[in-house]
Amino acid sequence: TKTHESIVGRIDSLLLGQKQIDADVLEELEEILITADIGVKTTVELIRTLEQRLKRNELKDGNALKAALKQEITNRLVQVESGLDIIAAKPFVILVIGVNGVGKTTTIGKLAAQYRLAGKKVLLAAGDTFRAAAAEQLEIWGERVGAEVVRHKEGADPSAVAFDACKAALARGCDVLLIDTAGRLHTKVNLMEEMKKIRRVIEREIPGAPHETLLVLDAATGQNAISQASLFKEAAQVTGLILTKLDGTAKGGIVVAVSHEFSLPVRYIGVGEGVEDLREFEPQEFVDAIF
Amino acid sequence: MFDTLSDKLESVFKKLRGQGVMTEDNVKEALREVRLALLEADVNFKVVKDFIERVREKAVGTLVLQSLSPGQQVVKIVHDELVALMGGGEDNSLDLAAKPPVSIMMVGLQGAGKTTSCGKLAKLLKSQRRKPLLVPADIYRPAAIEQLKILGRQLSIEVFDSQADQKPVDICSKALKYAQLSGFDTVIFDTAGRHQIDDYLMDELVQIREAAEPREILFVADAMTGQEAVNVAAGFDERLGITGVVLTKLDGDAKGGAALSIKAVTGKPVKFVGLGEKLDALEVFHADRLVSRILGMGDVLTLIEKA
Ligand SMILES: Nc1nc2c(ncn2[C@@H]2O[C@H](COP(=O)(O)OP(=O)(O)OP(=O)(O)O)[C@@H](O)[C@H]2O)c(=O)[nH]1
Ligand SMILES: Nc1nc2c(ncn2[C@@H]2O[C@H](COP(=O)(O)OP(=O)(O)OP(=O)(O)O)[C@@H](O)[C@H]2O)c(=O)[nH]1
Ligand SMILES: [Mg+2]
Ligand SMILES: [Mg+2]
Repeated sequence: TKTHESIVGRIDSLLLGQKQIDADVLEELEEILITADIGVKTTVELIRTLEQRLKRNELKDGNALKAALKQEITNRLVQVESGLDIIAAKPFVILVIGVNGVGKTTTIGKLAAQYRLAGKKVLLAAGDTFRAAAAEQLEIWGERVGAEVVRHKEGADPSAVAFDACKAALARGCDVLLIDTAGRLHTKVNLMEEMKKIRRVIEREIPGAPHETLLVLDAATGQNAISQASLFKEAAQVTGLILTKLDGTAKGGIVVAVSHEFSLPVRYIGVGEGVEDLREFEPQEFVDAIF
Repeated sequence: MFDTLSDKLESVFKKLRGQGVMTEDNVKEALREVRLALLEADVNFKVVKDFIERVREKAVGTLVLQSLSPGQQVVKIVHDELVALMGGGEDNSLDLAAKPPVSIMMVGLQGAGKTTSCGKLAKLLKSQRRKPLLVPADIYRPAAIEQLKILGRQLSIEVFDSQADQKPVDICSKALKYAQLSGFDTVIFDTAGRHQIDDYLMDELVQIREAAEPREILFVADAMTGQEAVNVAAGFDERLGITGVVLTKLDGDAKGGAALSIKAVTGKPVKFVGLGEKLDALEVFHADRLVSRILGMGDVLTLIEKA
């Protein structure tokens, strides 16, 4: 369909036979970026940068423009040398947070699978005591990958689950402890307080933990992801991002603004519902896929 | 933090006061602000483009009402057009006028809120003295069947006893027969989340539609969805012929512009909005409320309404 037309195709047709890049072309580019959920603000910034380079005669033709645009976007993605270094602590504690339905529990299952494959002893904590069958969902993932699960009854205090899980991870000599939390909208003050309490309990039980706090974002999310990142970072000292559901048609462009504005690296991407559908984030590949 | 759209429009039109008629030039500047506001609210850019064109035609040459400033006048035109686009005033009630049991099928992307909305809808229908049966047809997501069973227990509403090793289509045809025999008047089918480009799973939905004979196929969409909402909604609609939309997670601060995109590409009405995780957090959709939310200007609009 027309809407599926790749951006490269559109830039190419835009610039075909056009040696000079004019204001119309930039305007068209603006629309292209917005369609990928890059966001109005970041798009305007990107276009402004391109315009300046254009004025300095740095961009001679379509190819130069395209390359420059890709470079500018890549520059905004905070880069880290490697994936998570779970050797740094034992147990290495990972807290997973985010709004409802983005893929927190599934991502924990996939991460656990990777650590199990690497021969690590993994413990999962069912910190979502609210949503119907959330603990059962995590238990199924635990069985799938061979990881034990600490759970309480539905409706229990999630920080009590975190407390028990920390104790158990220490007692059992686990390498990694992955703590699931209930989905919560970042605007809900009481739920954000509940999450802070979970964090405090973890900090108290295992000094230096959580070693990583991952905010999960759904690739189909639009501008709201900025508000999510802002409030979750404020409340829980987020250290990294997970971008899920990139196997659909959504490009996840909003992560460019989120990564840049909040100085957060994208740690992993989710590319399916299966146990192996988790990849390390490759900025270059990601930007290429946008175009 | 941000200036509201109406503040911006006021400044655009500062010079116009007393001039009487809106011109191509000042409308153009105002519409640039409107365009940005809509894009920031996640309305799809093509939808925005068409919309702005329509508003331009309406606005140029319009006489500024005595009681309104020119900025307010543009806001009023934009507001009224958006409400019209969202189907304001149209009938968006559930169509359950058929021989019972009447089927409702929930479809959508992963994590959109289908299962929760099934529970909410069942609760609502029960309060209207209907007798709903909930049918879990998601055999893929771990514990999806258990999730719906728990919701049913909380609501004292029966949940069909599906098993994850059955075929979804078989579950649905068995459930419909069971409903017929057991005196249920409404059957709500929960399906697994899927991408609209997943041919295998989209085929499965088509088969389920044949088995369940739904009167309503509700596309469940997350209010936080961005620009892709158009492709997703169009994909589900083309394949299945959806009859309506449930817009979930509106209890946060998402503007919900995706709803405009979905309505624009499918023409199907939003019937309900989800306003929380609890099972009573479902409301009938009001176009004017969503439009005020997208424009970020509830108060201004009540003033304008009176003009
Ligand atoms: N296609 C696809 N689906 C995914 C991906 N990650 C998660 N999902 C699906 O998204 C849905 C929600 O995933 P969950 O892991 O339950 O999400 P959550 O954030 O834990 O949800 P809550 O706990 O309810 O807030 C499920 O149907 C998952 O199978 C992904 O990368 N790709
Ligand atoms: N805040 C809020 N959360 C909601 C709303 N509707 C659903 N949720 C939450 O969103 C998450 C996903 O809901 P589900 O009902 O499991 O979504 P689903 O579409 O069935 O997911 P899959 O079956 O995995 O595709 C859960 O955490 C729900 O509690 C809503 O209106 N507001
Ligand atoms: Mg979860
Ligand atoms: Mg479900």
